[in-house]
Amino acid sequence: MDATELLTLYERMALVRRTEKAAHDLFMSGLVKGTTHLAAGHEAIAVGASAALRDDDYVFATYRGHHHALARGATPEECLAELMSRATGLCRAKGGSMHLTKASRNMLGSYAIVGAHLPMAVGAAWSARLRGTGQLAVAFFGDGATNIGAFHEALNLAAVWKLPVLFVCENNLYMEYTPIADVTAVARPAADRAPAYGIPGEVVDGNDVVAVRETVGALAERARAGGGPAIVEAETYRHFGHSRADPAAYRPAEEVERWLKHDPLDLARGRLAELGVEEETVTAADERARDAVQKAVEAAKNAPPPDPREALTDVWADGGAAWRT
Amino acid sequence: MADVITYREAVAEGIAREMRRDPAVVCLGEDIGEAGGVFKTTVGLLKEFGPERVWDTPISEQAIVGAAMGAAMTGMRPVAEIMFSDFLACCWDYLANEIPKVRYMTGGQVTVPLVVRTANGGGLGFGAQHSQATENWALTVPGLKIAAPTTPADVIGMMAAAIRSDDPVVFFEHKGLLASKGAPPPPDHVVELGRAAVVREGADVTLVALASMVPVALEAAARLAEEGIDAEVVDLRSLIPLDTAAVLASLAKTSRLVTVEENPYQGGWGATVVSVVADEGFDLLDAPVRRIAGECVPLPFADVLEEQVIPTTQKVVAAVRGLAAY
Repeated sequence: MDATELLTLYERMALVRRTEKAAHDLFMSGLVKGTTHLAAGHEAIAVGASAALRDDDYVFATYRGHHHALARGATPEECLAELMSRATGLCRAKGGSMHLTKASRNMLGSYAIVGAHLPMAVGAAWSARLRGTGQLAVAFFGDGATNIGAFHEALNLAAVWKLPVLFVCENNLYMEYTPIADVTAVARPAADRAPAYGIPGEVVDGNDVVAVRETVGALAERARAGGGPAIVEAETYRHFGHSRADPAAYRPAEEVERWLKHDPLDLARGRLAELGVEEETVTAADERARDAVQKAVEAAKNAPPPDPREALTDVWADGGAAWRT
Repeated sequence: MADVITYREAVAEGIAREMRRDPAVVCLGEDIGEAGGVFKTTVGLLKEFGPERVWDTPISEQAIVGAAMGAAMTGMRPVAEIMFSDFLACCWDYLANEIPKVRYMTGGQVTVPLVVRTANGGGLGFGAQHSQATENWALTVPGLKIAAPTTPADVIGMMAAAIRSDDPVVFFEHKGLLASKGAPPPPDHVVELGRAAVVREGADVTLVALASMVPVALEAAARLAEEGIDAEVVDLRSLIPLDTAAVLASLAKTSRLVTVEENPYQGGWGATVVSVVADEGFDLLDAPVRRIAGECVPLPFADVLEEQVIPTTQKVVAAVRGLAAY
């Protein structure tokens, strides 16, 4: 990867990190209600994988999906406005943090029932094949989803139908609050299951945006050429707890320290330095990201709340919610 | 086309008509291809449309309905078969949490035009896990449309409406009606969802029924006629949209209401119908409403036991007789 592309990816990761920090601060100040599942620490997976995809490829994400929405073209302003229940939110304030969706960019949703979206990605890949578009579908999911029935049904169907779909597991070591290793029969919860379905299962450093970009790129090319589905298990770590209510006190201090030192932004900075990019250039990218998020926070704060009548729209395709004549 | 068509043939014919019309319509499900479906409701589809449009799946209900959802979100109009309606429980997350909510929770960004077809109901002695009338499960979920046709012509017309619908439709094909016969409808026959049919006109009492209970209600009406009681029979045909206007209009004529449901009394669709009537049509009533419904037990195996549980003509006649005398 050349310096220009890496710098672009770095800036996008910085934008995700800053947005997540803003979401955290807004929650703490009472402007975001409900809960948030922040993806700070996971940036390299969303950004690296997205860089390997076409703009018209389909992406499905989980309730920890801010980074995927941002990586696929949602703006910090529309994401933060959604979290703050504003009319200008990505889903017009009807989705919230767990359901960020940008359909115009084929980011087809964030789903809060663990593992439910994996068969949907299979269906999108099936549809792409039927329509002959050459599009790919990608499902991002957590390690916890690998013990859900739908995971196995999706893998089997994708494999027997040889569909262009990639399953990208963000293994952050914890299934909500419980170490995934304590509740899973194999060491690599996603990749180790791949041979059972006769498909490739690659393990990658999920904090290294270059490695993610290359691994996903190679498997995407294979899938587009008719080679069928594959699993990527990207090892990573979340900086925050599972959700806002969770201080993550169950994690050993030395483990947290070790992973924080293996930060995706620091790793990318190191690579940029190796490629001869000057520190001021990287700092300038950081500042652009910071300014963009600051502006987004202000704009979202100033946006109006949704019209209460919106509650009774959008159940049906005609825009309404009437269930009777 | 033949002079008469069976209900089961009408299912395949209804799907085929839409597949001919729209290349985006594709089918998936267990044993639907070469085998023609366990109930022979997809006979001929594989032969006419080929394996790129008729897909046999593994026994994976979550993958079937989840994949149908993903395909529907991306330009296709999938028709997914869940073999027995009891098995809807195996993919209930998709029916309850994913398919009906995605449009709403994305602020209208995503639409899911799919049909989930399934064989519903009892009467054939399949035992407790293959005999339930489950349309009420779907009725509890905002965001699903629910079709349950009674006649072959309605099967074809409502299949057209369901497949053309931009909203998700759960399409209940009643197992007890599969062998029944009727006139085939003309080309491009469409029965809009949410339009009940008055299948027998009457002046004394309104019987509101659905699917297999429509013939039961009609038979009851014929017997009641012998006693001088003139029953009107309304076939709801779809539960969502619910044609409450048709029920209220019938009630304005008859002033007496009986719902005839196969599903258990608890939480049955009849409760919704009578609650609307109590809310908005109380002045139309000259007698209490009656709900004839399934007993609140799992469906037993033996015929003699099943008959104790599912409404029969005799039970309907007895209830209406009491009401007419009120």
